[in-house]
Amino acid sequence: MTTWPILSVVTFLPVLGALVVYLSRGDDEAAQRNARWIALWTTLVTFAVSLILVWRFDAASAEFQFVEKANWLASGISYHMGVDGISLPFVILTTALMPLCIIASWKSVTNRVREYMMAFLFLETLMVGTFSALDLVLFYLFFEGGLIPMFLIIGVWGGPRRVYASFKFFLYTLLGSVLMLLAIMALYWNAGTTDIPTLMQTAVPRGLQTWAWLAFFASFAVKMPMWPVHTWLPDAHVEAPTAGSVILAAILLKMGGYGFLRFSLPMFPLASHDFAPLIFSLSVIAIVYTSLVALMQEDIKKLIAYSSVAHMGFVTMGIFAATTQGVAGGVFQMVSHGIVSGALFLCVGIVYDRMHTREIAAYGGLVNRMPLYALVFMVFTMANVGLPGTSGFVGEFMTLLGTFKVSIPTATFATLGVILSAGYALWLYRKVVFGALTKPSLASIKDLTPRESLTLFPLVALTILFGVYPKPVLDMSAASVQQLVNNYNAAVTAVKAAALIQ
Amino acid sequence: MSFSSAGYQLLPVLPELVLAVGAMALLMLGAYRGGEGTTKIVTGLAVVLLVVTGALELMLPAGKLTTFGGSFVVDDFARFLKILAIIGSAVTLILSTEFLSDPSRRIFEYSILVLLSTLGMMVLISAADLIMLYLGLELMSLALYVVAASNRDNAKSTEAGLKYFVLGALSSGMLLYGASLIYGFTGTVDFAGIAAAVKTGSVGIVFGLVFLLAGLCFKVSAVPFHMWTPDVYEGAPTPVTAFFASAPKVAALAVFTRVTLTAFPGIVPQWQQILVFVAIASMALGSFAAIGQKNIKRLMAYSSIGHMGFALVGLASGTVEGAQGVLVYIAIYVAMTLGSFAVILTMKRNGQAVEQISDFAGLSRTNPMLAFFFAMLLFSLAGIPPLAGFFAKWYVFVAAIKAGLFTLAVIGVLTSVVGAFYYLTIIKLMYFDEPAGQVEPMRIELRTVLAVAGIFNIFFFVYPGPLVSVATAAAKSLF
Repeated sequence: MTTWPILSVVTFLPVLGALVVYLSRGDDEAAQRNARWIALWTTLVTFAVSLILVWRFDAASAEFQFVEKANWLASGISYHMGVDGISLPFVILTTALMPLCIIASWKSVTNRVREYMMAFLFLETLMVGTFSALDLVLFYLFFEGGLIPMFLIIGVWGGPRRVYASFKFFLYTLLGSVLMLLAIMALYWNAGTTDIPTLMQTAVPRGLQTWAWLAFFASFAVKMPMWPVHTWLPDAHVEAPTAGSVILAAILLKMGGYGFLRFSLPMFPLASHDFAPLIFSLSVIAIVYTSLVALMQEDIKKLIAYSSVAHMGFVTMGIFAATTQGVAGGVFQMVSHGIVSGALFLCVGIVYDRMHTREIAAYGGLVNRMPLYALVFMVFTMANVGLPGTSGFVGEFMTLLGTFKVSIPTATFATLGVILSAGYALWLYRKVVFGALTKPSLASIKDLTPRESLTLFPLVALTILFGVYPKPVLDMSAASVQQLVNNYNAAVTAVKAAALIQ
Repeated sequence: MSFSSAGYQLLPVLPELVLAVGAMALLMLGAYRGGEGTTKIVTGLAVVLLVVTGALELMLPAGKLTTFGGSFVVDDFARFLKILAIIGSAVTLILSTEFLSDPSRRIFEYSILVLLSTLGMMVLISAADLIMLYLGLELMSLALYVVAASNRDNAKSTEAGLKYFVLGALSSGMLLYGASLIYGFTGTVDFAGIAAAVKTGSVGIVFGLVFLLAGLCFKVSAVPFHMWTPDVYEGAPTPVTAFFASAPKVAALAVFTRVTLTAFPGIVPQWQQILVFVAIASMALGSFAAIGQKNIKRLMAYSSIGHMGFALVGLASGTVEGAQGVLVYIAIYVAMTLGSFAVILTMKRNGQAVEQISDFAGLSRTNPMLAFFFAMLLFSLAGIPPLAGFFAKWYVFVAAIKAGLFTLAVIGVLTSVVGAFYYLTIIKLMYFDEPAGQVEPMRIELRTVLAVAGIFNIFFFVYPGPLVSVATAAAKSLF
């Protein structure tokens, strides 16, 4: 046990920062600068504190660590926080990306800066809380609460169709989540508590498992997003400001995958087993279909958004293969995609800030004026493709490996998606970066500024580091993943054995 | 008959007596003093009187007290809801200050009528037989009819009062008819006696029950007896609308809960299906019909219809958890509604109240704090966590799930998503659009009400214990 509530500090520090931003009144240049600096320092300090979590984390144990518990709502619903090997990577991913988002918004956001920073800080609290809540109601609170700041971020600082995109984002996600809320209530009456560790130990009746699984699926499939409920994502991505897109792609999407790992597999193993073919089908469709759709896009952000859907397909496929490699690969792929897609959106944001367009056709030949940018963009494009040596490869390979053991057709079709992803990513890169610089509007475009380099270089380093040495992430999650898979297999085998006896 | 004989102890009705006598005294004061400032003094004293009444209510001995031969009961349930109704009325009076200070109006009777209506609510909440129920209901409603028309020179206000009166009289008639049928078939008007007599749902009793519930549905403005709500909400002066949306809803929901749970516990399946239908219809109509509204008061009317549907979801489950859900719901609902009306009352341009939803455009630029609190109230009304409105929905739906009303729960949460759409539309106007012009600065009393309601709404999740445990105790006292 730690002596101070370190997890709560990481979670609620950003709110404190938001209050300080609020208190720094005024709307002039100085106040805006203050808001930016306060937000940056808050996120940096939060990141630093979250590193203590990594340092003190015992990777050999599959138990929840840094546990805090306090009375909250009625009996059985408490303020219960803690992380294990599955949630800690996401907590770190969140705290690590936030400072980069703040830096990325430094110049591009000039309108209502204080409110912008406050919205992001609140969002950070809600995201970290989502990954570290160990009570279903608390989880739901953080999970759904995140809609409010994100709705405002898209709607206030977004592009021309921001109203449509923000409404679609909000209502889609809410629609999925309210069904999960009902399932949470059913679980509450079934076990008398919403405590996640307790619920993981409680056997849920077969009938309830099916319904609850479907309800949770409704929420996480929308959040993930899985085909065919992914249509909110391209709109939200295109309209959101750069940092909003980064957070959306890098972290909010991971909540769906995290939800599958934290709830669906451990609490409803039998239903997960029954529905695995459904998930496999949807994942394969997502991988192949959205990759094809991505090939046809004219907007850079939309292309990356569709590619996100495809990559999330690998994650769901790996998770529901429920093999050690598949689940570990799913976790790794999510972390990797968080870094890579976040970085890609930052790259788009950089050229958008200069040219104020995201049309692929408006670019071409950037390598002539922006060699550094071309290099960085290439690293992330390759990682998106899944080139060995980048983090993207490790995740896709492991999920495919894990799925191969369970369903060969699924793995085969998914591998096709890898080829297609190479198709659209390389096509995008060629159109934007290579060729002769013929467009007069691009003639005076500037290469990366130091500030922009500061946001991208750490991500380049991580992409390559995890590509050649993925051990840190895999080790961190190994014990928890192993326990998850063992429990799942035990539950499924027990039922099969019982069926044989009869 | 001695004054202190067992059947006629006056202690349980002491708060009501004080309120009644106080209201008469204020009426005399207003009538004989006349002239400048009378309205202000009477309103101020009326608020003080309500506070005193509330304090007396809290000082009554604990446990269940009855009087008037068992037809008037003070239990935890009654205490909880009476305090809530008193808060609703008192805050309404505070919100009315500006309306009453208009020299062309200056009607001190307004406050007296609010007091008398509150007296009716308190009687209604404590009613333990059908006679007391009717007395309370009529006292409350008659005062409300007049208050609705208190903006005498305004055709819409007069129309609102008249419409409310005619339809209200109709619903009272139905309620009386139902009550007489129930009396005819059970031979008693006492809730406990009815409960003892009604073990099976004979056609006559169910027939009477339907009429009784129809009358009550009218008072809580549940579908299909909701037609008066949008017109009355729109036509009545805004402070009166705030009043209609808060305190009378508390009282009506209270008596709804008490009648169904204490007088008809033997035939739960019979009234459950009625309530399930009413709840679904109210939630659906409340969400869908609100989408097309242009006037914020009409929108609040549909919103309140929807919210009554959600509250009835709790009641439909017919359990302790359900009753607790209703109580938590109504408490949070009152806070959200009063806060929202404080905002609506602030919306004035050039001395003219503006009521169109489009008038909220760009409010986050011109009045950031106002917009922030209103946005949080709207998110809360939509039931988005971590705001208070989420917990309100949590408690009613958790009861419905326990009672196995899955269809009701699923339809309920789906309509709440539809409902979220129109709340989001207002937030969109305030935050995403360009300002429609400057709004007059907020008056101090409105600011106070909004701040209290807003802070309660935002920080409820930090420490929800007290309200929930009080509501639990109150719900248990019914069973």
